Order: sequence, then structure tokens, then C-alpha cells
Amino acid sequence: MIDLIILISLLALGYGFGQYAEKRHYTSIRKRELILRNIPVVASRIPPQGKPNYDSQLVSGSVVISVDYFKRFVAGLKGLLGGRITSYETLLDRARREAILRVKREAKDMGAEIVFNIKLETASIHKGRGNAIGSVEVLAYGTALIPN
Amino acid sequence: MIVSNLEVIPGKRIQTHFGLVQGSSVRAKHVGRDIMAGLKNIFGGELRGYTELLQESRQEAYDRMLDQAKAVGANAVLNVRFSTSSVAAGAAELFAYGTAVILE
Repeated sequence: MIDLIILISLLALGYGFGQYAEKRHYTSIRKRELILRNIPVVASRIPPQGKPNYDSQLVSGSVVISVDYFKRFVAGLKGLLGGRITSYETLLDRARREAILRVKREAKDMGAEIVFNIKLETASIHKGRGNAIGSVEVLAYGTALIPN
Repeated sequence: MIVSNLEVIPGKRIQTHFGLVQGSSVRAKHVGRDIMAGLKNIFGGELRGYTELLQESRQEAYDRMLDQAKAVGANAVLNVRFSTSSVAAGAAELFAYGTAVILE
């Protein structure tokens, strides 16, 4: 009985705080994406030819984000039925966008114009009970071209 | 030292290739951070302690790679890649590698 109460309160806590944190994070991501829109980040591997007056510099950004208890529970249930697990989709989406924003921020601080050859890497850091993914790390890195 | 994950640097030509240079660092998480992470696993959100920990260890791997490049006399490292792998429970390896070259 006590176990059940603990489970339900953890789920409620997770739901409440998790939803709030996610909403706030998305608002902040959208705001910063607008601000940093003038620095394009491209996946192209070939830098612009015929414009040799650029300095290049490696920039990177990483973030570790954890999913909340409620979402992990729901994902566990989905694991039985199969299908899309939206709670992890938003987790990864947030992590990637955040990592790219940090790359852009670093590039902007250097006075860069564009970031080339962006690579994204995802690693699951912490595995909870029953091998459920607890948190993911996303690393984004690329080459910033700084006009000199 | 120019470090880039492009294969060519705009406006510069590669004079000498030295081949692969690499650096790695294996880190374990510490207990205080782990407790915080446990809490965050209930509430969700960014684990700043972990973000910093991984950044530090990645920086160390990166520095080791640069040391190796300096030791062979390179002035640039091109095509840099990062990779992460979990070696044991609670420990992760951060790995950085690239091609050491002399640019004109």
C-alpha cells in the first residue's frame, strides 16, 4: 500500500514538475533560436571556396537532460504495446536544439558568421531501473568561420 | 594551432600529413552529483553537474589530442571527431581524434 502511495506521488511530482520544466525550456529555446537566427549552422562539409579570408575554430556545445518520472513510466508502458514514444521524442528534440543553441552562442561570442560541418552525437548517460533510459547527453560540434 | 572538423581549411594548403592524433579520458561520476541526478530523474530537466563533468573530461581528451599534435610538430588538427562510450556502470570514456597536419 505504501509502495503504491509512493509510486503515485512520484508520478504526480514527475508530471507536475516535468511538464512545467519542459514548457519553460521550450519557451527559452524558441526565444534564443530567434535571437541567434543570424548564425546559420550547416551540415555541409565543404567550406565556401574563393573566400579565403576566414579563420576557423572548433566550437562545441553539450547538454545532459533527464526525462521525468511520469514520462519514464509512460514510456515503460508503451514499451509493452509498441508505437511512438513521444515522451522520449521531446526529450531528444530539446537536447539537440539546446546543444545547437550552445554551439551558436559560442560561435557568436567569437564573432563567427557561420558554422560548418555540424555533427551531433547522442549518448545515453544514466540507465535507470530495468534499463530505462534516464538521461541523454547530446554533443554538437562544428567549425566556426570567423571573418578576419 | 588551428583545430577544425572540416577536411580542408579555406585558403590554406596542407603541406605535411602526420596521421592520426588522439586523446581520451575516462571519468566516473561522483556521489554528490549522482544524488542530484537521482532527484532530477524524478522531476526532469537539465543535469548541470553532468553537463559540466562531461565538458571537463571532453576538454581533457581534447587537450591530450593537442599535446600529441604539438609533440609531432603539427600546426593544425583537421577533421576532428568526438565520441563517447560507456565503459562500465557509472563511467564514461570521452575520446577525441583528428588528423595532424602542417598548413602552409
